[in-house]
Amino acid sequence: MSVTVRVPTILRPLTGGEAEVSVEGATLADVLDALEADHTGIRARVLDDDGKLRRFVNVYVNDDDVRFAEGLATPTPDGASVSIIPAVAGG
Amino acid sequence: MTSVLDRTAQFGSASHLYCRECGAHYDLGPSHVCEMCFGPLEIAYDEDLQRLVTRESIEAGPATMWRYAGLLPAAPVVDLQVGLTRLVRADNLARELGMKSLWVKDDSGNPTHSFKDRVVAVAANAARALGFEVLSCASTGNLANAVAAAAAAAGLRSVVFIPHDLEAGKVVTTAVYGGTLIAVEGSYDDVNRLCAEVAGELPWAFVNVNVRPFYAEGSKTVGYEIAEQLGWRFPDQVVIPIASGSLLTKVDKAWRELGALGLVEATPYKVFGAQSTGCSPVSAAFRAGHEVVSPVRPSGIAKSLAIGNPADGPYALDVVRRTGGAIDDVTDDEVVEGIQLLARTTGIFGETAGGVTVATLRKLLASGALDPDAETVILNTGDGLKTLDAVEPVARPTATIPASLDAFRAAGLAS
Repeated sequence: MSVTVRVPTILRPLTGGEAEVSVEGATLADVLDALEADHTGIRARVLDDDGKLRRFVNVYVNDDDVRFAEGLATPTPDGASVSIIPAVAGG
Repeated sequence: MTSVLDRTAQFGSASHLYCRECGAHYDLGPSHVCEMCFGPLEIAYDEDLQRLVTRESIEAGPATMWRYAGLLPAAPVVDLQVGLTRLVRADNLARELGMKSLWVKDDSGNPTHSFKDRVVAVAANAARALGFEVLSCASTGNLANAVAAAAAAAGLRSVVFIPHDLEAGKVVTTAVYGGTLIAVEGSYDDVNRLCAEVAGELPWAFVNVNVRPFYAEGSKTVGYEIAEQLGWRFPDQVVIPIASGSLLTKVDKAWRELGALGLVEATPYKVFGAQSTGCSPVSAAFRAGHEVVSPVRPSGIAKSLAIGNPADGPYALDVVRRTGGAIDDVTDDEVVEGIQLLARTTGIFGETAGGVTVATLRKLLASGALDPDAETVILNTGDGLKTLDAVEPVARPTATIPASLDAFRAAGLAS
């Protein structure tokens, strides 16, 4: 269940500058756990103290906003692409 | 070391950036998101510099939004003569709605016919000061016009991203300025997301992404102007259309600044928000008592307001609740009626966003949320010529007749 994660600029200091990393995980929650194992600190940037997605971060699995899917329980099938993108833009 | 004078020449009275969510501080620069929590960055000001601004210094300034330069995070090197648009007393409309005192702040009078010229004026000058050579944006149309025109005037390259199904008028009025125009097969929120990703890859100034803290401050000038044009006072109520929610929050920020600086007596005011039912995530959150805004997939004719995932939605809710206002939304039919009502009673042809605002004003009066006896200002943020499609079915010739006096008489339109 290898998943590609696209890392936004502000999180790249945590991935050694990498814009894309690969991890294993069957759901978004698993993917974030795996990311945390490889890149300590990344989960706390994406999730708040209650373990929910921060309100100013958007996460897409294969181009679908997970808030329209199952949130952290959204499945991440093998080969899926996960994008983490700041929500503050536009208008 | 950069002196205060150097910094003022580049970034006006701005001092630094701070996160609205967690309060972290950052130096002035092309960043819009907190590295710790993804929260939006906001411009902070040097209050000593802001206190140099007086009513007299403003009134002695140019007849543009740059008369408030001392309260903005940029200096006007490039200037399309934006702002100081008319504030029109709308007595006929007030009478029709049973109101005592109503004004229309008509931002269709800006160079590219919407309020977006204001935000771009600040963003373009900040972008130059930050060393960018390309001006870019994600747009529902009005911003596309403003960015393409400002870049043309400044001699910068523009790259504008729009949803592919935008009104034809807004495509033409962007492409004509000669920049790069990219139609994206998706909604505005898709375009926005793409731009957020491109902004991470290229050294471009995306006015509403990486330069957004500067850009958004331009909307404060709507608030400054309303206060000055009313004779240095605030109205009791204001109705503002909500897309991202930024304009609404910045009008409030402007009035709080004027009050804090002692330029205007800090009398209470209520801020009301207007959305179209086809894209009403902030109105829905207001009605449900939520502090967060659930994103929606937009539909309907008010495309300039079609942001399903509004960045400043939570802050717009805060402002409306703090001031005792309300938010409501109106159907497409009501939007068209709103455009017609405004045109028929004031001579102002607003775009669909203006129709949303007028129709919401009427709805808020009917529900009792808005006081008909209190002085009210509504915002028309764009020109109806940009959204002709919306009213074309109901704005037709009264009659088509042969070119003869007999035919004219027969048509029965002489009185």
